[in-house]
Amino acid sequence: MRTGWNVAEVIGVTQETRTARTLRLRLPGLTGHRPGQHVDVRLTAEDGYTAVRSYSVASALPGDELELTVEELDDGEVSPYLVHQVAVGDQLEVRGPVGGWFVWDPADPSPVQLIAGGSGVVPLMAMIRAHAAASPGSTAPFRLLYSVRSPDSGYYSAELDELARSPLLSVTYVYTREAPAGSGITPHRLDAATLLAAVLPVDDHPAFFICGATAFVETVADWLVRAGYPADRIKTERYGGTGSRP
Amino acid sequence: MGIVSPGFFGRRRRDDPALPPGQYLTEGFPVLSAGPTPRIAPDEWEFTITTETDQVHRWSWDEFLALKQDDVTQDIHCVTSWSKLGTSWRGVSLDTLFESVESDCEFTMAHSYGGYTTNVPLDDLLGGKAWIAHEFDGETLEPAHGGPARLLVPHLYFWKSAKWVRGLEMLRQDEPGFWESNGYHMYGDPWREERYW
Repeated sequence: MRTGWNVAEVIGVTQETRTARTLRLRLPGLTGHRPGQHVDVRLTAEDGYTAVRSYSVASALPGDELELTVEELDDGEVSPYLVHQVAVGDQLEVRGPVGGWFVWDPADPSPVQLIAGGSGVVPLMAMIRAHAAASPGSTAPFRLLYSVRSPDSGYYSAELDELARSPLLSVTYVYTREAPAGSGITPHRLDAATLLAAVLPVDDHPAFFICGATAFVETVADWLVRAGYPADRIKTERYGGTGSRP
Repeated sequence: MGIVSPGFFGRRRRDDPALPPGQYLTEGFPVLSAGPTPRIAPDEWEFTITTETDQVHRWSWDEFLALKQDDVTQDIHCVTSWSKLGTSWRGVSLDTLFESVESDCEFTMAHSYGGYTTNVPLDDLLGGKAWIAHEFDGETLEPAHGGPARLLVPHLYFWKSAKWVRGLEMLRQDEPGFWESNGYHMYGDPWREERYW
């Protein structure tokens, strides 16, 4: 675990959606990271004022590089700068990666059910990428249930489509505001029936990772416990804020 | 001074002397939990203090509410960098709960419904510094925030204020609890920024 502040260089930026951007950072001395971890980013203004926020790592890279996907928050202090102003070649102070709980262990053969609300997909994508890259191959089946507002607000769409061609990964989208044109799907918020129809069955003893806005995670975890999934198999990461219910 | 990001101005609300280093103010009350929220009915709730001689001091919900209640206003500081100033709580001081407890131990482990644990030195629980809180802002404490009752140790990072608390175990030696075993600091003083190992 790296717990001091280190200087990272921004080596790539990709617009992920209209409101989110992926930053690729190089952190000299870093030797990989665990899928699900986060980093703290510290910005300093010219007069010395600083602000720190935590961002989940999206990548599963072996060396000294990692990627963050940052969603611009309406009232954000740090995220607008990272989404609009940071450029390749800039330096950022980074602490971490940190975290030993909300992480997937490639040696664990359990089936894995991932559930994401919006930007909560970021640490789950790190797990999906680690799973796809695991060597020797992980045979744990992975499922992702991904609640998005609209088709163009989902992160990593093309890559998820590609990875889902593997029999070891299936991806189910729930569209809350706008469904794909011509799909015939009516947009709706995730409800208990949709959730339970989409996730791995109780008898598979899946390991759950749920990440998203607080109310989303709270509600989904409650539904799962009430449906008989053991609470100790459900790991959650609640992004702050008072996000909408599913 | 760190690396300056040209064009970054921030919110400039760091001049509050009540804000520990590296913290920012939030008006909301974020929820951070490692798993699903346990839902414990008050009639199945109890609080225990277990000493090194296996003596168990036990309070039911009604017995707990019959104890002297304190109303306190405290600043709270989460390790994820948010701080909330002037939060109002109602609960029972640990001084009250420890009145009849005999122990030579200097350390405790808080245990929660749902399996969460966190270690706190006894000195940090006594002397008007900690409570078992069951009301927040004049309202019954919601399950998501640790209700029926949570430990409240506001001078340490908030992960030490165990939600859904059900007991304290006296320890002869300090031991890591849940987050402390997952990379977080054994003590967790916000003013010294003791976030991680």
